[in-house]
Amino acid sequence: MLAGVLLLIFLPPLVAKDLCKDSQDGFKVRLSIKTALGDDAYEWNESEMFLFRSTLAYAMRKQTKQDTYNITNILVCNDTQRVSFVFVVTSPDDPDQLIPKEQIEEAVRQNKHRINNAFLLSDMTLEFVGIPPTLAAPIIYDTEPWLIVFGVVIGAVAVGIVALLMSTVSKKRRAKEKAAGLSEEDEGTVKENGTALSGLGGKEGVYNQTFSNDNRFTEL
Amino acid sequence: MKLKLKLPNPGLDERIPSHAELEKLELEEAGERPQWDNKAQYMLTCVGFCVGLGNVWRFPYLCQSHGGGAFMIPFLILLVLEGVPLLHLEFAIGQRLRKGSVGVWRSINPYLVGVGIASMLVSFMVGMYYNTIIAWVMWYFFNSFQDPLPWSQCPVNENRTGFVSECERSSPVDYFWYRKTLNTTPVIEDSGGLQWWIVLCLFCAWTLLWVCCLRGIETTGKAVYVTSTLPYLVLTIFLIRGLTLKGSVSGIKFLFTPDLDELLNPSTWLDAGAQVFYSFSLAFGGLISFSSYNSVHNNCEQDAVIISIINGLTSIYAAIVIYSIIGFRATERFDDCLDGNILTLMNAFDLPEGNITESNYDSFLQHLNSTAPAIFQELQLKTCDMQTFLSQGVEGTGLAFIVFTEAITKMPFSPLWSVLFFIMLFCLGLSTMFGSVEGVVAPLQDLNILPKRWPKEVYTGLVCFVSFGLAIIFAQGSGEYWLALFDSFAGSIPLLIIAFCEMMAVAYIYGIDSNHVLLSHDIHDNCLQENFPVLETKSYPDWIYAIIFILSGVPALVIPAVALFRLIRKRCCATEEKHMAAEPLYSISDKLQIPDADRSTNTRVPV
Repeated sequence: MLAGVLLLIFLPPLVAKDLCKDSQDGFKVRLSIKTALGDDAYEWNESEMFLFRSTLAYAMRKQTKQDTYNITNILVCNDTQRVSFVFVVTSPDDPDQLIPKEQIEEAVRQNKHRINNAFLLSDMTLEFVGIPPTLAAPIIYDTEPWLIVFGVVIGAVAVGIVALLMSTVSKKRRAKEKAAGLSEEDEGTVKENGTALSGLGGKEGVYNQTFSNDNRFTEL
Repeated sequence: MKLKLKLPNPGLDERIPSHAELEKLELEEAGERPQWDNKAQYMLTCVGFCVGLGNVWRFPYLCQSHGGGAFMIPFLILLVLEGVPLLHLEFAIGQRLRKGSVGVWRSINPYLVGVGIASMLVSFMVGMYYNTIIAWVMWYFFNSFQDPLPWSQCPVNENRTGFVSECERSSPVDYFWYRKTLNTTPVIEDSGGLQWWIVLCLFCAWTLLWVCCLRGIETTGKAVYVTSTLPYLVLTIFLIRGLTLKGSVSGIKFLFTPDLDELLNPSTWLDAGAQVFYSFSLAFGGLISFSSYNSVHNNCEQDAVIISIINGLTSIYAAIVIYSIIGFRATERFDDCLDGNILTLMNAFDLPEGNITESNYDSFLQHLNSTAPAIFQELQLKTCDMQTFLSQGVEGTGLAFIVFTEAITKMPFSPLWSVLFFIMLFCLGLSTMFGSVEGVVAPLQDLNILPKRWPKEVYTGLVCFVSFGLAIIFAQGSGEYWLALFDSFAGSIPLLIIAFCEMMAVAYIYGIDSNHVLLSHDIHDNCLQENFPVLETKSYPDWIYAIIFILSGVPALVIPAVALFRLIRKRCCATEEKHMAAEPLYSISDKLQIPDADRSTNTRVPV
């Protein structure tokens, strides 16, 4: 009787361990806490394990939309110093039946970022062996940024070309006008007066000796 | 030592203006012939022409591979013995004879016009492929305005399960360079079609060049204030940034560790000579042209020495900066490699974190190897060797577009460093292109092939347009192979031949008293491509040899061909007067003298 009672008491954990160790539906988990957090790294202990089991139960609940999943459904074994272990998920209805691998994988995939955040880790440092992380969606731009920069540069170059060519044209035009203007000026002065004065190039005039002081001629 | 040998050169004194004539010419030409606004513009243009991409991505590699600090000895010796004299020669003939490269050789001896034409052809061909590299630089520059940089991570494949396989097998930077930029085909025969983004970048590069060269030195003289000075600023910024990064000092140590045994290796001296020669952009005709716009009284010997010193110092400075960044990248790679191995070991043996560190890694490795060799073999740990990382892909386009871009992705604020780096490369390349365009436009004007009344803008525009049209071949999938071909054959052999002819012409036909130049006869394969990652060697198809002949042979053969042509024409043609009337005289002095009755002293007698 006593043996039977003892067996009953110790059987579930033994069975549980067997379920976990020998199962094909288990996943190995690796945590690299020191790599991720450095000096702020927390120690891995029973409470952390408790948290892990509860997040997994949460993930299963969310994925199957069944509120029956409990922490007791998550069985853990092969704990190592690395901080790696194997876990399996038992069905809430039947403790001896394991949830298939695919379902667990789906649950983990959907909620990976929640699980990561609970432990302050990332996809690299919280590894589920066999479940590759889903990669971030590629950023899709409406217009590629390089086209925008290209447009700006080409626009500046076009403005530069137009400005320089215009300045050349206007310089040539001004030079032509100046040449035409000078010749016009010359003709004007000749036409204006028509006298010998114009030939002096616009100076004040000729020294008219009639009104000068001609002492030099009469002095004795 | 006076060289007694001087080949007969009839009519030389009539063709070379005397100093008195030059003074007069300078005053008369003040309006017509372009002139430098000030000495600074001239110096900056020449420095910009000489200091180019080679200083940044060829010299550091040569320095490191030929015994580090010891390489300075042949480099500096040959700088003085080879660089300064050749530079002085080109400056002197340009300044004295006041013409572009064709005009200068016509003045020395009309049979030598072929040398000028060869210079023009080489400038044209080198300019074509050099601007393509600038187009690639611009592509990277355009793509630097985003975070994260497109070459920092592999793109995700269609169903988002992993990265694109081609990228995973190599690396994100390699993928971006070979696939996203070049889209290379496996062989040169496979054209791969035009890559429209490269065509756009080429268009941008050529129009930008045209804007800067629009009115010849009038516009380039302003542009060089930026393009020649900005690289030094950026190099300094990178130096400061580099020295604050981890592992940079190991890079500099790797660069300068002297190995004096390398000095006994003849290839060290040949490489140093070739580097000095190509770095000075000699035999392109551009330097002759630039110095012809100087005042007659300019001290060109001093200029030659100053520019040589600046060029040499820039090479060394750039090498320090480059290798500090390479040291940083190599250290990062080494650390990543080691961390990867440590993780593998910890996972395999379920050891707690922190048990294996960099310091006890080696001892741990040995311990594990002895205790559990089977598992150890299975692990396939990567070999992490610092020396390998330091010597990876450190010259040519491999340095700029693969190694350096990878280093930049590991720095904080990567887009900023990327923009700065590619602006620097762009400025270095553009200022060299100014000289190249000048080396084509000035001879074109001297040869009088195109109508005289066409303004300078049309000349430069035509050159840029034709070059752009032909450079489209580099925008194909196989463009990289074509570029390597051009680089190896269009730029190397013809330049050596032209420089040799220049030296011989000035020494023996013009008659200079002494000539101390050491010329390297090495046919140097100035290949820009580096085997990184390791590429397959494929043999060229047969028709490539025809292309090679065109690239190397035509400029070289032009020299004797033109001499022969003139000889035949002289012998066969009827009257000398018909010749003289046909020869267009566009220098003012000629115009003044032609109608005069007495043409005894100052006639220009074309032979």
